[in-house]
Amino acid sequence: MVSKMSSKMVGSNNLAHARRMVQQLRVEASIERIKVSKASADLMRYCGEHAKYDPLLMGIPASENPFKDKKPCIIL
Amino acid sequence: MEMAAQPSDTLATLKTESETLKTKLEEERAKLHDVELHQVAEKTEALGQFIMKTRRTLKGHGNKVLCLDWCKDKRRIVSSSQDGKVIVWDAFTTNKEHAVTMPCTWVMACAYAPSGCAVACGGLDNKCSVYPLSLDKNENLAAKKKSVAMHTNYLSACCFTNSDMQILTSSGDGTCALWDVESGQMLQSFHGHAADVLCLDLAPSETGNTFVSGGCDKKSCVWDMRTGQCVQSFETHESDINSVRYYPSGDAFASGSDDATCRLYDLRADREVAIYSKESIIFGASSVDFSLSGRLLFGGYNDYTINVWDVLKGTRVSILFGHENRVSTLRISPDGTAFCSGSWDHTLRVWA
Repeated sequence: MVSKMSSKMVGSNNLAHARRMVQQLRVEASIERIKVSKASADLMRYCGEHAKYDPLLMGIPASENPFKDKKPCIIL
Repeated sequence: MEMAAQPSDTLATLKTESETLKTKLEEERAKLHDVELHQVAEKTEALGQFIMKTRRTLKGHGNKVLCLDWCKDKRRIVSSSQDGKVIVWDAFTTNKEHAVTMPCTWVMACAYAPSGCAVACGGLDNKCSVYPLSLDKNENLAAKKKSVAMHTNYLSACCFTNSDMQILTSSGDGTCALWDVESGQMLQSFHGHAADVLCLDLAPSETGNTFVSGGCDKKSCVWDMRTGQCVQSFETHESDINSVRYYPSGDAFASGSDDATCRLYDLRADREVAIYSKESIIFGASSVDFSLSGRLLFGGYNDYTINVWDVLKGTRVSILFGHENRVSTLRISPDGTAFCSGSWDHTLRVWA
């Protein structure tokens, strides 16, 4: 059975919580940000640079993908 | 670093400062919102048709599959289920290599150790336990079990950091924590979510010691692992965030939510930069992951489908059918040649 907290305790808990919230917001408000145009260009550049190494994007031949069924061998 | 308490601090002055800071945060973010990602991406070539099919179906779980993780060897997969079982599969052959029965049902989280020699799992037992994988098929894995993490509510997600020695966990108790596997000691705890934390993802190792979490408070938070500090948070989803995953460069992350959308957040712009949604998609996204280049975002949904999105243009490029119930978990293989999905239909499917 949880004992009832005195109203004074509840008050100081709310104060502590509010202080933490303000501190957290100060941290978040103060970070350095860049423009969306620059961020987008960087995301695009990363995609472009790594596209050729992305098997699901490029589609790789069945012979190179262990999960794709290989065509049966033909004995010449 | 505690904020010095001012004698003049009252609830009212703190509340006012809180509101002022929130407004300032929004203003600062808005100043840099000069363009949309999909506009910048207009000049990028459109993607062609994708043919992805189920190449393997892994059958063996007796109930809903809740979580899966790939081994670094690109062929083994660990999965966990509502039936209390954790299974290690060889995805090439579909053979089951190991099976462990947990003392609880709803094993919501599982992860493969970087060495490939152990797996971690947990759920309604409120714990995260590590099982070393024995080469001896007859050995009882449960006997070597090591309890590592202890939360006060269910374990929702777990992952090893860059070694077998540390595990990061998230829980229904609203916290995340970092643990030393050997001693079971909590190294750091992360407080800030206002409700259950449902998911987490570790930043790619080049980006440093941070991770992102998402929860039932509709918030995603980026954390500094060393200090326990939340360094950035985002609150644009309209419902629970079920899954978070870093973009491969570490500069952004995607999230999937019960609000039926997936969203992309850029960490350096400190804002949401894309929403992946369609009027026809009305069921929650349970799990998201990027292809190797970050160009494709795969989302598993509660309407049994997998939607594949063009991350840059914001359009859907493919929809995959096959599962006969909710898709609950989805991961790309370590070399990006395939991805695996797990479902409430008791099966896992490997697609390529």
